[in-house]
Amino acid sequence: MSTYDEEKLGELLAALPPAPEAWVRAAQDLPLLRAQADEIVARAEADAAFRERLVANLNAALEAEGYEPDVRLVEQLRGRLEDA
Amino acid sequence: MEAPPGGGAQGPRRRAARGLTLAQGSPTDAQLVAGCRAGDHEAWRLLVDRFSRYVFAICVQGFRLAEHDAEDVFQDVWARAYERLGQLRDDDAVRPWLAQLTRRACLDRLRAASRVEPVAELEEGFEDEELARVEDAWFVRELLEGLSANCREILDRFFCRDQSYATIASEVGIPPGTIASRISRCLRTLREMAEGRNDAPAASGGQT
Repeated sequence: MSTYDEEKLGELLAALPPAPEAWVRAAQDLPLLRAQADEIVARAEADAAFRERLVANLNAALEAEGYEPDVRLVEQLRGRLEDA
Repeated sequence: MEAPPGGGAQGPRRRAARGLTLAQGSPTDAQLVAGCRAGDHEAWRLLVDRFSRYVFAICVQGFRLAEHDAEDVFQDVWARAYERLGQLRDDDAVRPWLAQLTRRACLDRLRAASRVEPVAELEEGFEDEELARVEDAWFVRELLEGLSANCREILDRFFCRDQSYATIASEVGIPPGTIASRISRCLRTLREMAEGRNDAPAASGGQT
């Protein structure tokens, strides 16, 4: 191990600043987002009319159903609805 | 919470010896990974919280990604980690695994960018040197966990969050005139720990 004087320790501490809070929060919310996407895709698979509304206008359909059309949720759903 | 995809298949686990201990009461990396696999949202939140600055540092210091690229890579890394947690062979090795995911994602991003527009070449060896520095910084970060809560907070605010003495004093509720000496005292203890002379929590950062 190399030697660590106080100056070097300070530099190394400064080398790991916190990531922007919004980035961290978005990553932390990933499981909730996935769960929400799973729920919506399951509904779309069971309800053709709902699926049609999603495909026609994803944002509007989500809002109408009371979902927050978070950009990450929308992106994920777009991909999954295309695959389905 | 649903378990992350692929969370079921687990081979025999080998416990890597950890040279450093986290603050008392904090779950180990392996415990967090196990919690995530079991579908515990809080474990995932803590895992992201613990390693977010490490992933961030690899993106912006190791690979000098611009902010918008770094943000995309950062989110991509965590999405991949969530998807592939079940493939991790050693729960204690989550940090090197995240480092690997991050390095690959950064390289993919740089390659993709170079197809669209020329990107500045990284100097020979720069990336390795910077990644080694991030590792060194992580080592010190882990040592920090062995200090008192007061020391941790003061050092983190001053060095990592670049806060002024006045801000620290007001946020922590201590006289501004004592900040410099507290920083110095906490750094001294950290140095002793780094040099292996003292691996037990000692400095209180001035709080008794």
